[in-house]
Amino acid sequence: MNRRVFAIALGIAICLLPLVSNAYWTDVCVSIGIYALLALSLNVILGQAGIFHMGHAAFFAVGAYVTGVCNTIQHIPILWLMPVSGLAAAVFAYLVARPIIHLRGDYLLVVTIGIVEIVRIALLNDLFGLTGGSNGTFGIARPEFLGFRIVKGIHFYYLVWGMVGATLLLFHGLWRSRFGRALNCIKEDDIASECCGIDVSGYKLAAFVLGAFWAGMAGTVYAAKMTTIAPESFNFMESVIVFAVVILSGGSQLGVLVSTFLFIGLPELLREFASARMLLFGLAMMGMMIWRPQGLLPPLARRYGGGLKSAAPDAMKDGPP
Amino acid sequence: MEQFFQQLLNGLAVGGIYALVALGYTMVYGVLKLINFAHGDLFTIGAYLGLTLLISCNIAGMLPPAAAVLAVFVMVGCLVAILGVILERAAYRPLRDAGRLSAVVSALGASIFFQNAIMLIYGARYYVYPDFLRPNFTVHLLGVAVPGVRLLVIGTSVGLMLLLWAFIHRTRIGAAVRAVAIDPDAARLMGINVDAVISLVFLVGPALGGVAGLMVGIYYGQVDFTMGWMYGLKAFTAAILGGIGNIPGAMLGGMLLGLLESLSAAYVAMAWKDAIAFLVLILILIARPTGILGERTAEKL
Amino acid sequence: MSLLAVREMTKAFGGLMAVNDLSFEVEQGSIVGMIGPNGAGKTTVFNCITGNYVPEAGDIEFDGRPIKGVRPHRIVELGIARTFQTIRLFGRLTVLENVLAGRHCRMKAGLLACMFHGRAMQREEREAVRRCMEELEFLGLADRRGEAAGGLSYGNQRLLEIARALATEPKLLILDEPAGGMNAQETDALIEVIRAIRARGVTILLIEHDMRLVMQVSERLVVLENGSLIAEGTPEHVRRHPAVIEAYLGSSDGRW
Repeated sequence: MNRRVFAIALGIAICLLPLVSNAYWTDVCVSIGIYALLALSLNVILGQAGIFHMGHAAFFAVGAYVTGVCNTIQHIPILWLMPVSGLAAAVFAYLVARPIIHLRGDYLLVVTIGIVEIVRIALLNDLFGLTGGSNGTFGIARPEFLGFRIVKGIHFYYLVWGMVGATLLLFHGLWRSRFGRALNCIKEDDIASECCGIDVSGYKLAAFVLGAFWAGMAGTVYAAKMTTIAPESFNFMESVIVFAVVILSGGSQLGVLVSTFLFIGLPELLREFASARMLLFGLAMMGMMIWRPQGLLPPLARRYGGGLKSAAPDAMKDGPP
Repeated sequence: MEQFFQQLLNGLAVGGIYALVALGYTMVYGVLKLINFAHGDLFTIGAYLGLTLLISCNIAGMLPPAAAVLAVFVMVGCLVAILGVILERAAYRPLRDAGRLSAVVSALGASIFFQNAIMLIYGARYYVYPDFLRPNFTVHLLGVAVPGVRLLVIGTSVGLMLLLWAFIHRTRIGAAVRAVAIDPDAARLMGINVDAVISLVFLVGPALGGVAGLMVGIYYGQVDFTMGWMYGLKAFTAAILGGIGNIPGAMLGGMLLGLLESLSAAYVAMAWKDAIAFLVLILILIARPTGILGERTAEKL
Repeated sequence: MSLLAVREMTKAFGGLMAVNDLSFEVEQGSIVGMIGPNGAGKTTVFNCITGNYVPEAGDIEFDGRPIKGVRPHRIVELGIARTFQTIRLFGRLTVLENVLAGRHCRMKAGLLACMFHGRAMQREEREAVRRCMEELEFLGLADRRGEAAGGLSYGNQRLLEIARALATEPKLLILDEPAGGMNAQETDALIEVIRAIRARGVTILLIEHDMRLVMQVSERLVVLENGSLIAEGTPEHVRRHPAVIEAYLGSSDGRW
């Protein structure tokens, strides 16, 4: 199928969906949107730079809690807190990633898992007496934009998917730049990258910080939507789901969107199976990877101006497996 | 001092269990470079199978206690081993040539599947392990009364580890396993049946994991269907701590992690023990990027 | 004056002395060949110069400044580019993108510019593509620009590594067995390429086992054995040097 046509159709469907769906599915799509933000930001780290990062929920949690705590204690408006939370998550990511960024593959993977667990336990134990322990933080205000209060599901829907749209554009730009190319080179061969002049640890760190910034902003939206946040919303399983979304996507942004719909939407569709739905979900996870080991939609080759259209390398071409 | 000694022994018991589970991670990683995230759930299955054998099949009623324990251990080991081989065939073999992370996602899916399968079969509640198998003698060591079960757990895990070590280092099949871990392609060219070695690893690793699950049931007297998640994560951490792919490393990492947890729970704070374990892991990896016993391979240029 | 000066450099791996108290210089604008039996430590010397290894002792001076302990990507920025003995291209990226990776360190667009694609960033991208296409044309790979680098023939992959290195605008180009795996015609073409690169003002330091190539292109040779310098001078001089003859004929390898 032509990818462009599919992307446009998907875009139109997303724009029109809340007009025809009920409140329940609109809410489901809000949470799909939040996961999409997380997955798109993880895609920069994991999909583009090839850094085994299974701890994205930690940055999401930092963003959500900064929003929750600042809003309930200082009553700072939510939209102001969005960049603040992003920044807080980015600073946190910088501090924790800096000493570990040189670790290889699976060693880095387990460290990032460790970070999620440490963050969750710290929140659970009411760190600094601010986070509310296992009960979490509640009474978070709704965002207001030029006097318009974002309360209903449909308001959040357009807020979240508007952010997803902006993210798609910005990250697409990133992908088509020296930054994106550098990340791809690092994924292919970090030593060769370093030897042709790419600051490998600098770029890895930048990918981490950028991804964390986005995850932090997604945390703000999540906190405002739920109005209550608790440590259990940011456990390792959340990281696992976002990780799986990115791997299944194949690495392109369109793939990430499709993959998010599959992963987050599927358990909702399986609701009628009641207690067996997670069992089926696990089976589906295995099945989907076996069905498409290379992911749903691997990125196409970049195009370069001036008649320098660059053909897709075979390994990256979209097509039947 | 007495408390310290008790914590030390408790740490060794928990550490022995971690080490047994960690061996499953590290052996699979050694030959396939895959983190088998479903391994923790095989461990849980071991605990539940033990429960079924003891209660529903009434093994304990048919045999004298010592023989019953032995029989249950062997049966659990065998059953979980079979499950391990099926897991490899179904979830990992089709992905052997795909990217490494595709297989990791499949492993995560398998983990979710197993966990929910246990929940559906046994129900979402915890089970109390029958205590008639739990040895209730105490041993006086250096003037301290030590529960016998603690010593038995330490003894069993150390014994199994020694057996495994001997198997890997003293037999021809063990040599084949080591060869595949170093270079699967070269091993294949030398006439080693790599698929058979992989199947073997998926027999031995899960068997050890299943037995470890059974030991947790007997030691703590209680099991629940989510316990594999945390034990699996800890054991995987232990394997990384020791240097993944390295068998003595997994044993050392497991023991260290057990001691660390037990002592930090006693002397720092119970609520922070998991966080402390991960923090120490991170600090050790910062100092030694490939774990304590991991090879420090300078990348060849 | 000399562009590169290595002074009393020592590098050991565990107990093995890979490079032992080595000193040599590379003159600006020259082509210097480094030869020696397998395991003599030649590649280790290269890896120390490019910052991949840090020698235990000694100094390395490039273009008048010490570079020992400087990280590899900074050394590339300072003007040393390299190729690898075992080809290390970005196999799944296109030929053009491989060269663009070399151009990376001469580009300036920051994170925000990369996301927003401002005018300056776009101009820089176009300029980089143009510059990289020139390098591809220089090496005769321009019409392969859209192919995956991993799909090129062995010889073309070696040329592409050179193109990637040249895109960094090096003052010193370090080639590690550039003719490895090439047939006779390809090697002849490579000799022309090496001379043409020097004609552009780039100084060249190369390791090569193909003696025909080394003797034809090098103005000076540095001979290593067991990590130590055993001879140095013009090809004519080195060819007749007793220590060199001993090293080559005496070794089981004996490739000469």
